Amino acid sequence: MSVDFEWTTDTDDHRIKTPILKVENLAISYATRTGDVPAVRDVSFDIQRGEAHSIVGESGCGKSTVAFGIVNFLGRNGRIVSGRILFQGQDLVGRPQEELRHIRGDRIAMVYQDPMQALNPSMRLGDQMTEVLTVHRGMEKKDAEDLCIQMLKRVYMPDPANVMRRYPHQISGGQQQRVVIAMALLNDPALLIMDEPTTALDVTVEAAVLDLIAELQKEFDTAIMYISHNLGVVARVSTRVGVMYAGEIVERATVADVYLKPYHPYTHGLMRCVPRLGMDKRSSYLYPIPGRVPSPRNLPPGCIFEPRCHYARDECRLKKQELREVEPDHWARCHLAEEIAQQGWTPPEDLIADLPPVPPAPDETAEPILKVEHAKTYYEAPSKKLIGGKKQYVKAVDDVSIELKKGETLGIVGESGCGKSTLVKTIIGIEKPTGGEFEFIGMDISMPVSRRDLAIIRELQMVFQNPDSTLNPSFTVGTQIGRPLRRFKTVPPNQIRAEVMRLLDMMKLGERYYDRLPRQLSGGEKQRVGIARAIAGRPELVLCDEPVSSLDVSVQAAVLNLLMEIQQKLGTTMIFIAHDLSVVRFFCDHIAVMYLGRIAEIGPAEAIYAPPYHPYTEALLSAVPIPDPGVEQKHVRLSGSVPSALNPPAGCRFHTRCPRKIGEICETEVPPWQDVGDGHRIFCHIPLEELRQMETVVTFKDNA
Amino acid sequence: MTTRPSRWKKIRESLSILWQSKVAVIGLIIVLFWVFAAVLAPIVTTYDPNAEDAQARNQGPSAEHWLGTDHKGRDLWSRVAYGGQIVLVKWPITNDFWIPGGVAIWGVLIALAIGCTLGLLSGYYGGWIDEVVMRILDAMMAFPTILLYLIIIAAIGASATNVVIAIMIAGSPGIARLVRSLTLDIRTRDYIAAAETRGEPGLWMMFVEILPNARGPIIIDAMLRVGYAIFSIGTLGFLGLGLPPPNPDWGSMVQAGHQHIFTNPWGVIWPTVAISSLVVGLNLLADGLREETLRYQ
Repeated sequence: MSVDFEWTTDTDDHRIKTPILKVENLAISYATRTGDVPAVRDVSFDIQRGEAHSIVGESGCGKSTVAFGIVNFLGRNGRIVSGRILFQGQDLVGRPQEELRHIRGDRIAMVYQDPMQALNPSMRLGDQMTEVLTVHRGMEKKDAEDLCIQMLKRVYMPDPANVMRRYPHQISGGQQQRVVIAMALLNDPALLIMDEPTTALDVTVEAAVLDLIAELQKEFDTAIMYISHNLGVVARVSTRVGVMYAGEIVERATVADVYLKPYHPYTHGLMRCVPRLGMDKRSSYLYPIPGRVPSPRNLPPGCIFEPRCHYARDECRLKKQELREVEPDHWARCHLAEEIAQQGWTPPEDLIADLPPVPPAPDETAEPILKVEHAKTYYEAPSKKLIGGKKQYVKAVDDVSIELKKGETLGIVGESGCGKSTLVKTIIGIEKPTGGEFEFIGMDISMPVSRRDLAIIRELQMVFQNPDSTLNPSFTVGTQIGRPLRRFKTVPPNQIRAEVMRLLDMMKLGERYYDRLPRQLSGGEKQRVGIARAIAGRPELVLCDEPVSSLDVSVQAAVLNLLMEIQQKLGTTMIFIAHDLSVVRFFCDHIAVMYLGRIAEIGPAEAIYAPPYHPYTEALLSAVPIPDPGVEQKHVRLSGSVPSALNPPAGCRFHTRCPRKIGEICETEVPPWQDVGDGHRIFCHIPLEELRQMETVVTFKDNA
Repeated sequence: MTTRPSRWKKIRESLSILWQSKVAVIGLIIVLFWVFAAVLAPIVTTYDPNAEDAQARNQGPSAEHWLGTDHKGRDLWSRVAYGGQIVLVKWPITNDFWIPGGVAIWGVLIALAIGCTLGLLSGYYGGWIDEVVMRILDAMMAFPTILLYLIIIAAIGASATNVVIAIMIAGSPGIARLVRSLTLDIRTRDYIAAAETRGEPGLWMMFVEILPNARGPIIIDAMLRVGYAIFSIGTLGFLGLGLPPPNPDWGSMVQAGHQHIFTNPWGVIWPTVAISSLVVGLNLLADGLREETLRYQ
């Protein structure tokens, strides 16, 4: 406690103005059947006017609980156990509901992850927005409307007067989030809390919303509390960062300090397990953090990070550490902070032993095992007329050609709705192709899976995105991994159990998982079981549909390492879909950038990330949030959202949003494939010479 | 953790949900009371349910006859307890051959089998199979249930087996609808896609991948349906279409007793209490379970 006291006086000394929000030793517990769960303990931070303070951490570490504690939305079973929340000097803890509601509505605004849930679907946007003003401020309807339109203009909403008359479902996700932000700003709040406001959005939209947040922060002089799990996003929007782990803040400092000079081993660990844009699996490693986050019911007695920390010593195990100032204005909760920061990092022995060996480079001269030519997958859209009417098609995949050699990994990137998943599902046979040729290991696979030969089925398997639905909740892990073995007769029936054990071992899960049910596993464990099930039949080609997108970064690193190990041991060929461009760059040999059912650019991974670019690739790269405040990124923003695949634009499909559109030719003529060499092709009208002259989008300044 | 969880442990685990809800426990106690009364009828009663005693007609509850006697001097407790047998314990196929499990339970079980199959078929395959199956079931559901019972019993005659058939026919459309909607939801999960990429056959998809994950709502619905079936059997009995006399049947007891209701209300009250308490018990049990399972999500 004494440390915290010193800190309070210390900050007061060098900043005269009172912070907008000051949280002191906050502790929040949830009451459950098995007793109180201390979800948040001893959290202290303050936010000044015009400052954006981020809270970053993996899922379940208590970030949102802190935010809900501040606005007193803890639900029936949550309560603030101790600590103070000073908002503009007033303590919010222990105040009657009515008073809190008043303060909240007027002075604190909150923006949530899913804009669709923050907006009332049955009310026009204009009515929802003006209500804020007419109810809270007693403003006249007409004045309120004018103010709302002004506010929509400030968040760069195109055609605001028109948007006011629409319903939430009639505008895109990015626009919805803009409306929510505009609504939050209407009352000119002193504090704006944003809980993962861009997590549900595409990278390009996310980049635009982040720009907006940064701008508003300057313009409105509001204090922003920004919650995110994404280190890259945090680096882009915030001035100060608090890193949370298992309910406690473990490190707190300015953005540059946290990212470039971290003190706490957990922060170090986080930095090491995300691939930087430009890293690849043949030249660098990801170091996952071993173990898992302790449950708040069962915390280690000493330092909470001790069980997963490489530096842990006896004192860490025995003595709890307070957040202490290791450098002016840089706080860390670690006994050995200074030592660790000085020492530099060498991966410890046991971690090196666990690292996957580098997968062999694919044989460039080999015959492709998968050949897809002019693939088309259309979905029939119901006609709007009652009788008759022309049949319309959603062209999810339209004229896509790819080739894949043995042992190669092809990455597919693009915004949501660009047809990545449909393409993969068509290859595996869950969707029926409308046209094109599909050839796999010399055999035709242009039919749905039900009409394929078992011999082909076993060679093509898939890993799914959502860890919560990838496993059948009714059966044990052993049964589910054993099923493909039984079905494809990979091993004789009496050896199935042994083979499942071997696979579990390969997934680093261990035999005790054999009899567990999916609900007893964490997200990363479920995903490993999903991978084990996919590779059990020893397939030639594994299709991975965003296998790591919904995992925490430390788990993501472990799963990526696992996939690499599989690739190295079994020589499996893979198609890897992801929306995270750093992960794709790290993991894949070749990359295809898809836009609205077509491939915009395809080629070797390193070639995609360097000029010449397709204008769409350029925009994607410039939108990637990079967890490094020192990086320089060219500013390219796309307007609008992906057009409907029901009626795709003629000519080049990207022309409606292309910042480099050259003229009418883009609207009328289908662009040519321009060959850059080495298999790198760009689907664009702009002459290659001009594309070559583009600047590199991402430049790393060597400041480490 | 290395040992396999025993079957017993699994059962105990799923029962633990039941103890969480007071409502469910009360429901279970009521239901178990009637189950035990029916199973142990020969032990817990002292009179033959059909033995008439001219000396003791229309009596109220006493030490001799716990619940009193009816207009023919038969012991009401014996009749009520034995009456529970048909509903919950025995399905008499012929006069001397019966199989365990009552008429209500068998009716619902068979309806479950048919309803689940139809629901899975139309939910999983969709398209014209769905159209045909659902339209036929819609037509059946358009009939008021009691009218449907009357038509069926009138057509094939009154017997325990025919009551089972009637419950089955009246119950399966509703179950099929429920299972279909559950299937439509479960079909979109990734593990179903994973099974499809293994090229699993349709039967496997429906009964192994989908059905076990729909079991929660199906079980709860089935409990409610047993309740309704008991109610319907009572109604059929009252209308004289139930089990042939002199077998003790709750519905027929009400029917016979209501003619003497002013001289002896007990003859009507006890079988009515039996029917309604059992139905209420099943409803409480189902409601309690539903609340608990929802809370877990």
